[in-house]
Amino acid sequence: MSAQMSVPEALNTLSAGLVLISAFAMVATRQVQGVVRFFIIQSLLLAASCFLLGYSQNSFHLYALGAITIVAKVIAIPWVLKRTLARELYERREIDQAFNIPASLLLALFLAIVSVLLVSPIMSITPDPVIRINLPIGLAGVLIGAFSLMARREAVPQLIGILAMENGAFFAGIAIAAELPLIAELTVAFNVILITVIIGLLARNIKETIGTTEAGALTELKEEPVSWR
Amino acid sequence: MALIAVVVLPLLAAFLCWIPVLRRAAWIISVVCLCSDFVLALFVSRQVVRNLIFVGVRGWLEADGLSALMLLLVSFVCALAVFFAGDYMRHNGNHSHRLWWFYCNYNLLAFALIIVPALADPNLVWVGVELVTLFAILLVAFEGTASALEAAWKYSVLTIMGAPISLLGFLVLFWSYHSGGGTGPETWSSLTLAAHSMPPSLLRLAFLLVFVGFGTKVGLAPMHTWLPDAHSQAPSPVCAVLSGVKTSIPLYAILRLLSIVLLSPEARMGRWMIVIGLLSVAIAAFLLLQVREYKRMFAYSTVEHMGIILTAAGLATQASDFGAVSQMLNHSITKSLCFYVAGTVLVTMETREIKSIRGLLRVSPFMGATLLLCALAIAGAPPFPIFLSEYSILSAGIRGGHNLAVAILACLIVLAFIGIMLQVNRMVFGRPELTHEEAPVPLTCRIAVIVAVLPVIALGVYIPSPLHSLLQLAARQLGGR
Repeated sequence: MSAQMSVPEALNTLSAGLVLISAFAMVATRQVQGVVRFFIIQSLLLAASCFLLGYSQNSFHLYALGAITIVAKVIAIPWVLKRTLARELYERREIDQAFNIPASLLLALFLAIVSVLLVSPIMSITPDPVIRINLPIGLAGVLIGAFSLMARREAVPQLIGILAMENGAFFAGIAIAAELPLIAELTVAFNVILITVIIGLLARNIKETIGTTEAGALTELKEEPVSWR
Repeated sequence: MALIAVVVLPLLAAFLCWIPVLRRAAWIISVVCLCSDFVLALFVSRQVVRNLIFVGVRGWLEADGLSALMLLLVSFVCALAVFFAGDYMRHNGNHSHRLWWFYCNYNLLAFALIIVPALADPNLVWVGVELVTLFAILLVAFEGTASALEAAWKYSVLTIMGAPISLLGFLVLFWSYHSGGGTGPETWSSLTLAAHSMPPSLLRLAFLLVFVGFGTKVGLAPMHTWLPDAHSQAPSPVCAVLSGVKTSIPLYAILRLLSIVLLSPEARMGRWMIVIGLLSVAIAAFLLLQVREYKRMFAYSTVEHMGIILTAAGLATQASDFGAVSQMLNHSITKSLCFYVAGTVLVTMETREIKSIRGLLRVSPFMGATLLLCALAIAGAPPFPIFLSEYSILSAGIRGGHNLAVAILACLIVLAFIGIMLQVNRMVFGRPELTHEEAPVPLTCRIAVIVAVLPVIALGVYIPSPLHSLLQLAARQLGGR
């Protein structure tokens, strides 16, 4: 397979591997700040892949998408996080997790294998080597992000989990839907920033009102059997 | 033009509410804008009934039968709920200094809800649905109490988690459209035309991802857990919008996509829709037996009705599709009425719990009677419209040969009926435990309840012929055979 690949496509494969590793790293990191840093690295890798594929396919759309990714996810989102949650972000060093780190990594590995199996029936349709790399890794990014969302008990890492899922979806998207209308891409990027702002504000309100952003402490609302009289 | 105006008006209202000079008049501005929006939506749907399609901007804003029906529902519920909000927000808690913020947000939510059915490009529909979710978060958290914030957090984490999953689904859909030889911009109508040539495995993957992602937003089991929290903690007019139309909007997108998937013969999805729909109905029906708060009760009934609509769409015959769209219409008007009544009870009795309210009929005949009426209507007693649409779904299922599914659905509907009526019975009848001095029902709440009762009674006995043809057009869009 590698024989058919051009140099930018081969570099994209390298970037794909690094995206998957950064997804694992986000699962394994205990510090809030570290999670944010790995998210920035992952977004940079996504942008790099956009530029590489844009070069090899001569596509203006992908260059634009790479630029949008850098502006939205590398610059705007960390800035918004810093503004809304500055102290919160730097005070928390240790994150509570539902599973310990080796178990989490094992589960993340399992999810990566599942996503390869999930897309394998589709692989027969397309000979495109880029899709064969990006689609399973993008899907793995989505699934691992969803898993870290459930395993984490803190607001900021949960938010980063959502954003990492978005990265995964886009990593698959640059291979399968490169010609997506630019307006759709712009509004999606705007949407991601809006998610960060709203969740950030909400987390700050929760911190001020309830005194913690540990999602595990939020257990007031639930259903209990009514006592029949 | 009219369709552009329908979309832009709520945005304009939000902007006007934000201008500092006009902040004191935020309620009036919202009522005027959203009511004229409803009138415009009526005009658009009238045109759709005549010409089958109404084009605002070709390829971007278009309305066919199903979109027109959704536009009508959304604008009706949004307009009436904002009218209800006038006195409700004044009486409920001390938020007068930031009421403009509430109305500003509310209009943004209305904008997002209205733009989704009007959009022709599926990728932009995704953006619209996400905007709905985000603006709804701010409104759920509006009261700022610990429980409201908790509800908003659970709601946001679960439903935003659905966003990237459905995004991947729409990207795969785009891919399958182009690898199926689709040319030109991707719209719902061009997707329908290209459905036969799209690779079935891709189409199925796209649908599954969108279904999981948007299913969390609809509140389908097992991802329904946020729904009762969010729909019980938000201010009541917001609950009316959330339960009445906000859950139907992602369902609308799912049904659109389902109709395309059903066109492709190899992708058998109908049976799975029936299974998941029935599961939602079952979980809601059993939880309805043991709720403690009346707003949560109505929220669970929303899960039930979403399940019924999905089941009906899964049956995929022409008759069941007609049942599905009428159920959508009837659920919206009835469920919003339920939350107006629940909000009125909350603002006068100041308790959310079912067991602290006894003998409502004696405390306030108006509230007692309307609560009984809306509970009967939402539970599906004749002669209310929900009874008619549920009956038509069940009979369509039998004619389509789905006897087992129909039997299960019928049992669960009866169970949910018993659950709702048991709870409401305890609230409405009996002797009041405390001698409440009769608190007056706030004026706009009273008017909104009366206005909302009218279609609930009228549609049970008579469907005007333009509305009937709109429903038939909408049902045809779902593509049952």
